[in-house]
This record gives sequence, structure tokens and C-alpha cells, in this order.
Amino acid sequence: MKKLLLATAILATSAFSVNAADYKVDYEGAHAAIQFKIQHLGYSWLTGRFNKFDGEFSYDPAKIEDSKINMTIDVGSVDSNHAERDKHLRSPDFLNAKKYPTATFVSTDIINQGDGEFDVVGDLTLNGVTKQVVIDAELVGEGKDPWGGYRAGFTGETTFALKDFDIQKELGAASTHVTLELNIEGIKK
Amino acid sequence: MLKNNKNNYGIVAILLHWISAITIFGLFGLGFWMVDLSYYSEWYKTAPSIHKSIGMILFFIVLFRLFWKTINIKPIPIGNKFEIKISKIVHFLLYLLMLTIFISGYLISTSDGRGIEIFNFITIPSLGEFIENQESVMGSIHKYSTYTLMVLVGLHSIAALKHHFVNKDNTLKRMIKTK
Repeated sequence: MKKLLLATAILATSAFSVNAADYKVDYEGAHAAIQFKIQHLGYSWLTGRFNKFDGEFSYDPAKIEDSKINMTIDVGSVDSNHAERDKHLRSPDFLNAKKYPTATFVSTDIINQGDGEFDVVGDLTLNGVTKQVVIDAELVGEGKDPWGGYRAGFTGETTFALKDFDIQKELGAASTHVTLELNIEGIKK
Repeated sequence: MLKNNKNNYGIVAILLHWISAITIFGLFGLGFWMVDLSYYSEWYKTAPSIHKSIGMILFFIVLFRLFWKTINIKPIPIGNKFEIKISKIVHFLLYLLMLTIFISGYLISTSDGRGIEIFNFITIPSLGEFIENQESVMGSIHKYSTYTLMVLVGLHSIAALKHHFVNKDNTLKRMIKTK
């Protein structure tokens, strides 16, 4: 009987320890990246990234639905490895970085698909427009790091039309949509 | 007469003046037009490349012009004290703005380490990125100093025409013909 109680107590404690925990996105250590890709003329993928962003999430493996994430991106930090293009991307033709310097993503709903996969439904604000997008996300892994911390990492992507966010520049039929790719590692607070 | 004297400009100074003037108008028009080209325009890649090539060449011409200016005497200015004072300020600003436009233009295209190719002939190497988002910051400087330059060019031209038609003096004539 005593053993059973003890076992229950241990189980209960361990159950508590896997409760929703808050994580800070590891921007400092650069174990997180926000990239985008868009077709060039239909012949290749053009990729780029945002060098400055921040975010946090709460994550509970036992109750994925209760997890949350919010991210803030400095759109002026766009980097496609070409200065003239980056200048153009920041201009009102695309990101309008002077008028709308930050983009945000705030999750509103998480739908568990099982096997570590889930849909993150949320509001993306970009170029002054807020629209719902669904990030197709997946847990990559979680556990202790070698330096005394605890980490969890995810990968996810979402595709949307440029016009949905009032980006009107005409790039051709193959390049109407952009895919955002997120690789997010968080350190437990 | 190649060099200036106390009353007249030499042929070199006159040529340098008009080459700068015509090229600046051309670059302004080309630049103004090219930034709104559609992605599928056949000029989308060639127009900026011509703009950069001619811009860099003019940069070197203007550097030579400044050098030429320092080794020549300046013909005695025509006009009253006020006009002479204003003209000195405007001339200084014209040079300052030209240099600002050349340098900011160079710093837009070279901020990612790529050089500027002059007509597939030689490449002016990049000096790298000095400030964050250099291409965008320099882009704004390039644009607004150009608008300011064009306003001053207007003032400069009106003043020249005023000297020619109102005062009927030698100001414009001596910039056209050497003696």
C-alpha cells in the first residue's frame, strides 16, 4: 500500500513536471530562424530570411491544444543576400518596412494531429494587414541541453498569397504565393 | 585655351560643366523611370545597370572636375554682392549634392559585398557594409539629395537665364564659348 502511494506520488509529481511550460525562443543563441521562399519566374526558389525576431511559447506535450506561441519579426531585417533586392523588399512595393516595421504572429488555436504534428492557427499581421494563417507544425525534439537547460524545438511552415497581405507588386503567375518556414527552438524559462 | 583665366573659362572647364549637366539630367530621368518598371519589363535589369555604369563614370569625371577646379583660377564672378554670395553657396551645394548622390548610390549597390560593374568592362569593388540596412538608408539619401539637386539645378539655370536675358551680361555666354 505504501509503495503504491509512493508510486502515485512520484507519478503525480512527474505529471506536474510535464505541465505546460513557458519557453523563450532562442534568438540570442540563434537556434531559431524565420525564412521565406518564393518562386522566381517558375524556374527556381528564391529564399531569404528575417535576421531579427523574437518570441515565446508555452508548450505542454500532454495537452498540445493548450500550447501557445507568439512571434514578433522586424521586417526591416529581411535578408535575401542581395542588397538591391532587400532595399526593394523593404519598400512599399512589398513589406513597407518604414510604415509597418514589425510583423507579428499570435496563435489562437492549436489542433493536435497526433505523432507530434499539429496545426497552429493564428493571426499573422504583415504590411498592416491581419489575417488568419495555419502553420503546419511538427515537434522536432525536446529534452535537457548539455548546459543545464531544457529545450524544445519545432519546425513549421505556412503558405499565403502576397495579395492577402496587400502586397500588390506583380511578380508573375508562378510567384503569387510565399512560404514562410519557421524553425523555432525554445529554452524553458 | 584649355585653362581658365580671370575673365573666361577654358574649354576643359566648359566641357566638364556641360558633360555633368547633360549626364545628370539623363541619370535623373533614367533613375526616376526605372524604379517603377514592372518586373517583366525588358529594361528591368538593363536600366539600373546603365544607370550605375554612367553614374560611376560621372563620379570619376566630377572628381577630375574638382581637381581641375583646384589647379585653375576662377573667373571673376559677375553680379552684385548678394548674387555672388548666393551663387557661391549654390555652387558649393551643387558639388556637395553631386558627391552625396554618387557616394550614396555606390553604397546602395555595394552593401552586400558585390561590386559595381561599369558596362561589363571593369568592376568597382565593394567596401562592404558600414551601417545596418545600408542599402535602404542610402536609398533614401540618394533619392532626397537628388530631388534637392534638381531644385538647385533649376535655381542655377534660372539665375543663368536671368543674367543672360535681364542683365544681358556675359555669365552664360562665357560658359558656352571660350575666348
